[in-house]
Amino acid sequence: MIFKAEKMVENLKAISVPLSRSGLAVVVGLLIGALLMLIYGYDPIMGYYWLFKGAFGSVSEFMETLAFATPLMLTAITFAVGVKAGLFNIGAEGQMYMGAIGAVAIGGAIALPAGIHVAAATAFAMLLGALWALPAALLKLWRGVHEVISTIMLNWISFWLVTYLAIYHLAEPGRAERTVPALPTARYPVLGATLTAVIFVSIGLCIVVYILLWRTKLGYELRLVGTNPEAARYAGISSWKPVLTSFIIGGIAAGLAGASQIIGRPPAWSLYATLGNVATLGFDGIGIALIGRNHPIGGIFAAIFYGGLLHGGRFMEYHVGVCSELVRAINGIIIITLAIPELLPIIRKFLKRGVK
Amino acid sequence: MRRPRSSRARRAVWISVSLAAIAIFLYVLEYVGLQPIKLVETGLLAMTPLALAAVGECINEKAGTVNIGMEGILLITCVAGVYGAEIFDSGAIGLLIGALAGALIGFLFAVICVYGLANQVVAGMGLNVFAIGFVPFLLMAIWAFPGIHVFPRKLMVSTISTPIGRVSPVTIAAIAIAILAQLFLYKTLLGLRIRAAGEKPEAVDVAGARVDYLRIFACTLGGALCGLGGAFMALGWFGGIVKEISAGRGYIALACVVFSGLEPLLALAAAFIFGFVEGLAHWVAIVPGVKEVVPFYFVNMAPYIVTLLVVAGVIGKRRFPSASGKPYIRE
Repeated sequence: MIFKAEKMVENLKAISVPLSRSGLAVVVGLLIGALLMLIYGYDPIMGYYWLFKGAFGSVSEFMETLAFATPLMLTAITFAVGVKAGLFNIGAEGQMYMGAIGAVAIGGAIALPAGIHVAAATAFAMLLGALWALPAALLKLWRGVHEVISTIMLNWISFWLVTYLAIYHLAEPGRAERTVPALPTARYPVLGATLTAVIFVSIGLCIVVYILLWRTKLGYELRLVGTNPEAARYAGISSWKPVLTSFIIGGIAAGLAGASQIIGRPPAWSLYATLGNVATLGFDGIGIALIGRNHPIGGIFAAIFYGGLLHGGRFMEYHVGVCSELVRAINGIIIITLAIPELLPIIRKFLKRGVK
Repeated sequence: MRRPRSSRARRAVWISVSLAAIAIFLYVLEYVGLQPIKLVETGLLAMTPLALAAVGECINEKAGTVNIGMEGILLITCVAGVYGAEIFDSGAIGLLIGALAGALIGFLFAVICVYGLANQVVAGMGLNVFAIGFVPFLLMAIWAFPGIHVFPRKLMVSTISTPIGRVSPVTIAAIAIAILAQLFLYKTLLGLRIRAAGEKPEAVDVAGARVDYLRIFACTLGGALCGLGGAFMALGWFGGIVKEISAGRGYIALACVVFSGLEPLLALAAAFIFGFVEGLAHWVAIVPGVKEVVPFYFVNMAPYIVTLLVVAGVIGKRRFPSASGKPYIRE
């Protein structure tokens, strides 16, 4: 019995340390956000009041928050699974564009029977996302190209390619600013606000990735290559399978994220020619993955938090006049804060010195 | 310290071939009766922020700090530059303020990386994400107008008339800076120490120089150059700010750095090639007879595809300084 309690304390510690780091980063981000509001003459207390009231104040607002969170938990997986395998896969942005255009191509331009249509559009989006991740993986394995460089380049190639496809081949006739909307048969059922059933698919994918990472041999190898490549090499694990798996899972998740904004998000059900309704979701995912401690389940909660900021930001803008994009700046600060491993020790040292 | 000579030579050959191709292309246009001088003008304008950011990044990567947050610095310093120019009623001072703002960001980034032992890729990406949100916020907070700001025409930095068209003094400065940076890195003691700080920080430490100061200095300098480029985008080129003004130039600058293998002069040449490609994309989008055949989206894609080929080793393998991207911890 005592033994069990000890173990529980240990487990609690194992969770609380990373949680406190995430919490600290979030606090730093919000404080700097408040500081920025103060500097430019806004009222930060009212700002945050409306931000959080807007995001979590009522059931329908919370559903909207969940709708914002859906793609974010997926792009977070892309980064998180990369980190687990020792990679910095920041290619979610481009892979997500490919997923979005894939969903448009199947969901909007092809007629299929109901049921099959949704599945086909989703699967095709995931496939395109995974395919777009493949060059980075192969360049890494064959030529030792750093994935940061290759994924950044692939993001921009994807941006121009998808913009081209959206304008030249899949535009809605008479409405050049967006692509053909997904046909009713290809749409996920709406649950309320702009939330659709695609969130179940997303959470399902998060859980599958969790099981794959922590309950299978492949997942174990992947994490070993990430945490201790030397040990993995001595254990005879080639980096091929783990690295490829990591990139492909990331691509699938990002592809689904793109699709979720097309066939799972009213009222547009289509992709804007500027990519405005999907842009930056991939980069936001980096912050969410970090807040969620690069854990697929942690990412779900972090995504709901950040989805709340994104949705609540609009209320903040409406009532207090603060530009809603400030929440992206807050996310940036959170990312930078979480990049600093020495932050907690430094603060502790600083406090100790202060006490003396 | 062994540098891969052959790779550098190969790179130089490729860049000369590209430049020659551009020259031939221009000659053909002239021959057909189109006016290519405008293309060179736009190319030089587009080159300037790329070159400044890329040369700065070459210096701080040589010292061992990889800053992929150039897109963010370009965006923020663009606003800072215009804000400064409006306060002091002078475009030139605006450029200076932009450079100072860039230096400050570079300095903070370096402190975070050197003393906070931050992960540089994550921190750089964080800087980019921060800027994407911070700039629209600033536009709203300072000028109370969403997403766009146009400043009085008189604040624009005036251009100089030359045989190849009207050229901004900042462009000439950028070329001079690239040459000076090359000399600085390879012909001065400080340059040697900066390179050593990225290659073998232990040796620098044993020799009695401070790795931390060197890295912070290089990063601040890199940030300042990038900031000059950011301020130039508004004050010397567009005449206004939109919230996504840099439109991926920070990443193209990164591509230039990769392309150059951290040599400032090659980075300048790469910046000209990529800048020319950008000008070409605008040109392709408007010229009748061409715009129907080649969608300009594909021209826009070219720099990134070329960079992928470069890193894949098609044009010579790139070699980072061996301690690049790693924090240095004294023992």
